[in-house]
Amino acid sequence: MITTMLDDFMVRAGLAGIGTALAASPLGCFVVWRRMAYFGDATAHAALLGVALSLALQGPVMLGVLAAALVMALVVQALSGRGLAEDTLLGVLAHAALAFGLVGVSFLSGVRVDLMGYLFGDILAVTRSDLALIWGGAAAGIGLMVWRWQRLLTTTLNPDLAHSSGISARVEHLVLTIALAVTVAVAIKAVGALLIGALLVIPPAAARPLARTPEAMALITAAIGSLSAVGGLGAAFQLDTPTGPTIVCMATGLFAISTIAGRLVRRDG
Amino acid sequence: MRLITATDLTLQQSGKTVLRDVDMHIDRGEIVTLVGPNGSGKSSLIKGLIGALPPVKGRVDTLRGLRIGYVPQTLHMDGLLPLTVSRFLCLPHRHSADAMQRALNEAGVPDLGRRQMRALSGGQFQRVLLARALLMEPDLLILDEATQGLDQPGAAAFYSQIAKVRAQLHCAVLMVSHDLHVVMAASDRVLCLNGHVCCEGTPDEVQDAPEYRALFGAGTQGAFAIYRHDHDHNHDHHDHHHA
Repeated sequence: MITTMLDDFMVRAGLAGIGTALAASPLGCFVVWRRMAYFGDATAHAALLGVALSLALQGPVMLGVLAAALVMALVVQALSGRGLAEDTLLGVLAHAALAFGLVGVSFLSGVRVDLMGYLFGDILAVTRSDLALIWGGAAAGIGLMVWRWQRLLTTTLNPDLAHSSGISARVEHLVLTIALAVTVAVAIKAVGALLIGALLVIPPAAARPLARTPEAMALITAAIGSLSAVGGLGAAFQLDTPTGPTIVCMATGLFAISTIAGRLVRRDG
Repeated sequence: MRLITATDLTLQQSGKTVLRDVDMHIDRGEIVTLVGPNGSGKSSLIKGLIGALPPVKGRVDTLRGLRIGYVPQTLHMDGLLPLTVSRFLCLPHRHSADAMQRALNEAGVPDLGRRQMRALSGGQFQRVLLARALLMEPDLLILDEATQGLDQPGAAAFYSQIAKVRAQLHCAVLMVSHDLHVVMAASDRVLCLNGHVCCEGTPDEVQDAPEYRALFGAGTQGAFAIYRHDHDHNHDHHDHHHA
């Protein structure tokens, strides 16, 4: 029965969207808490460079994206704190990666590349093997975050506090970097390189007014992300709009609602 | 027994040497205070001791299994991270509700467990930081200007809480503070820093030392006589320039 369900492209798309949202939720919380939004963008834009490289080398796209995102994140980490302000550095690297990726793809004359698919995602074209990769990547990313959760939280609060308990802030930063690369690789099919940043930041921002603890915020983020994915998919189907952007619009709507609700509740309390 | 020993320790922050050739140690149960002008390397020394700042020269040796309870200057809490006091106390190790309540009692803030960290006053916040450090069952409690942002009565109350806690736990205490006369009175040993160890000894010895007077003036009752030295000073002369 499950196999016949997976024959339906809408079911596959829904599962891909939920998997992506789940993968992005704990990481997205840290992106918000640590003010890493630009870092997420830079990593995501590098993904396009990874697409170009893997097509040129005729390797699996998701592996190329994973490698490029990881390299980008490590380069940012290595260069930060050495002269240029962080946002300038990230701006340079993010746009450079996007531009070089676009130029690189244009050189691939032999293959027909669906560029729009990689920029904005093509969730309706998700295959079964894509689905396996998305859920496998999501499981790996979430597993990594759950394993390091306490350490990551302590480091986020204060690196010195972490060091005094024998936790290396550098190692934990590396954990986040790897999780980010995995999430970008997972998400590129669903929302595309340009909107991964939105999926990382908007659901946690929407969850924030509703949560009292970090764990609650991560769970609410997962719920809001999944709701956005399924709702956006349905809306895109009804309205015949591009799916990835519709998912992001849906998440933004939920963000607006929760922010207003949070304000009202706080006024009463 | 030596808990922690720094030997010939030299530390750099973003390429600049902030502290050189430091030899110091802390024994079980003693209270050691770091004093010195702004930028003299007090916080850097603490970062070096807890391993947050790797030495460019020299070494730090800690007793095997040493438990450090660290109270930072402050935590930057913005509105983005929701965190109740009891959740904060469980970082990085989880504790039972009983243990948390005991720590909050010891720190003098028994009723705050369910509050958001962000909603605390300055004094409450520092005491919650202290409670978290106590939950580590520390051999060594490190306080890095833990009374920054508190008024003088608040700071005095905080230090008397520290004295009580130490009497109960028999842990060593390493403090950095600007409130010289308050902390020095309570210390077994004082280290005066200014890019290196200027002088050290009992509070009385240090207050009489010419190096200390060169930094803080002869009338050491003035707890807030903090100068900034932008050049390598000369201990023998009192007519150096202040930036």
